[in-house]
Amino acid sequence: MTSDKSFFDFISNGLPGPELRKDADNAILPARQLAFSRFRALGLPSVKTEEWRYTNIQRFLKDSFSLAQEEGTITAEQLKVVNTKVPQLDSYTAVLVNGRLQTTLSNLPAEGKVSISTLSGAANNTQLQLWFDKHPHLQQQPFAALNAALFADGLFIEAGVNASLDKPLHILHIYTTAENAFIQPRHLLVLHKGATLEIVESSVGLNETAIAFVNSVTEIILEENAELWHYNLQSSEKNSRHIYHTSTVQKADSRYHHFNFTLPSAELTRNNLSVALTGSNTETNLHGLYLATDQQHVDNHTFVDHLVPNCNSNELYKGVLLDNSNGVFTGKIHVHQDAQKTNAFQQNNNLLMSEKASINSQPQLEIYADDVKCSHGFTVGRFSEESLFYLRSRGIGEEAAKTLLVNAFAFDITDQVHIPALQDFLSEKIRRYVSGAINN
Amino acid sequence: MLTIKNLHAEVDGKKILKGINLEIKKGEMHAIMGPNGSGKSSLSSVLAGRENYTVTEGEVIFEGKNLLDLSPENRAREGIFLAFQYPVEIPGVSNLNFLKTALNEIRTYHGLAPIEAKEFLKLTKEKQQLVDFNANLMNRSLNEGFSGGEKKRNEVFQLAMLDPKLAILDETDSGLDIDALRIVAAGVNKLRSADKAFMVITHYQRLLDYIVPDFVHVLYDGRIVKTGNKELALELEEKGYDWLKEEVHQKESV
Repeated sequence: MTSDKSFFDFISNGLPGPELRKDADNAILPARQLAFSRFRALGLPSVKTEEWRYTNIQRFLKDSFSLAQEEGTITAEQLKVVNTKVPQLDSYTAVLVNGRLQTTLSNLPAEGKVSISTLSGAANNTQLQLWFDKHPHLQQQPFAALNAALFADGLFIEAGVNASLDKPLHILHIYTTAENAFIQPRHLLVLHKGATLEIVESSVGLNETAIAFVNSVTEIILEENAELWHYNLQSSEKNSRHIYHTSTVQKADSRYHHFNFTLPSAELTRNNLSVALTGSNTETNLHGLYLATDQQHVDNHTFVDHLVPNCNSNELYKGVLLDNSNGVFTGKIHVHQDAQKTNAFQQNNNLLMSEKASINSQPQLEIYADDVKCSHGFTVGRFSEESLFYLRSRGIGEEAAKTLLVNAFAFDITDQVHIPALQDFLSEKIRRYVSGAINN
Repeated sequence: MLTIKNLHAEVDGKKILKGINLEIKKGEMHAIMGPNGSGKSSLSSVLAGRENYTVTEGEVIFEGKNLLDLSPENRAREGIFLAFQYPVEIPGVSNLNFLKTALNEIRTYHGLAPIEAKEFLKLTKEKQQLVDFNANLMNRSLNEGFSGGEKKRNEVFQLAMLDPKLAILDETDSGLDIDALRIVAAGVNKLRSADKAFMVITHYQRLLDYIVPDFVHVLYDGRIVKTGNKELALELEEKGYDWLKEEVHQKESV
């Protein structure tokens, strides 16, 4: 776009309603139109917007982007390259290029109680109609509204009553584009009563020159007693910019275990993770680990909404920051008046490995019930010189000593990962990260 | 094995060591005694390479190499081991992983391949039994939540595993009750050999009832003011340090 036009003007004026995408017989076109008006009303956030205070998003939107969302294809060779960047798991795989499912490159489970299809192909599905763009927390988020209006495609996963898979499902999100592009994938997961799934998502950008700005939305519905293990690995290349929205609704007795790993080296990573607890006796575990280098900007916004009594949420985010990288953590916990007997805990710890790295962390606890247990904490520190000396005095060199200490720092999180191959992948990532930091 | 010549060192501009001379040979057990603040622990820190100490004068030759030129890890790889007075707790680093990393870093330095998992386990079991270290503690995080005695025993266990040429025990007896002291001392005695040397730093004589030294040196005001055999330790136990201090001051006034 030209310099005198902001991104917002570009989208608002340049794209009147009719250009919104048409899905199978336009079943969700009205919802798209609604979302587009919402985006116009909300406007583009600036640093004056509370939720975007520490992330100057306009800076990342200055370049010109194509909104065309080309299909994008990858060769088997490129898939090999991708495979060197993601964990090798004993799993099913769903390969997506620019948000579109590549069935031939994927290894999907046989048809059964867990169905995996494209969102566009499922436009008439009653579950999709029921849940599409309904999450209460998405309503106030301009980029989520933009996504609803303009998304190209994504996955629709539905697990039937008591359904499960014998292996985890690994979703590979590959982004590749020849020119700067604004790519908007959208996914919906519905786990019916008693269903259990284990999902690993890996995001990889293949761009060497052009910038891929990815604005994705994932909506998750956990019906009664459903359980989801959800790992999100973000390891795109330098010229990738990401806004990820993950919005989950938990009904009674459901369990949601979310892991967010932000690894080098996308320029921008903004995570909007929100969980609405609408049924009692739920369990919510949110784990986050971010390792940032160079000029990376990693912003984690989380929101746990305790609407009903007797729910437990536990949140632990840890960050290791190098070079000139920036971290932002905003953890909101809202305990409504009815939500008695709530347990809600939150902790954010940071390790700064450079003088120039920084972190802005703010807990936001709003508690309107009186019989609750809630706590939050924040720390920022550097390596303990005494610990380093102790390790070195045993013959352990600086690099190995720091690797041990960073692994130890991340241990509370990596130890909770239920897939050993994923644990190994993460500790290898940490080793390379520290090694890079020392040898640079 | 170790020759210290006229060693001077300071911390934050404050002179701590003021001309230490000491020769340690293979197979010898040296005890360093002295009142609080005499520089005992500083000597061990300087030898291990703690970074806040600055050596201003003198030299330290270890096995023909200038020790002061080496990083802390290379001193350890060359065969120096410091048992800490206050071992550090490192949550999230397992004792075993830590030891394996240390062993392999030392082996790599000497051009050896990493230790086989089987061999490592065998070695661990053997040494753990030798120094009577609780096997349950090995899978725990390094020193985390260990009692004072367990931490000191872990130091001796590490000493057994890493098999250095010179072991420096910095007030290993501090904070130990008599039973723990006996176990720690028994472990050290089992590790004594003709090609290993020990430097035992202690404030009290009681450790030397169990670990019998060949030489006793008294450190005072950053210098070794007296050297003797184990009888000297007994004399110090009986008479305290004051008579030595007076001797030093008299000499200085002459």
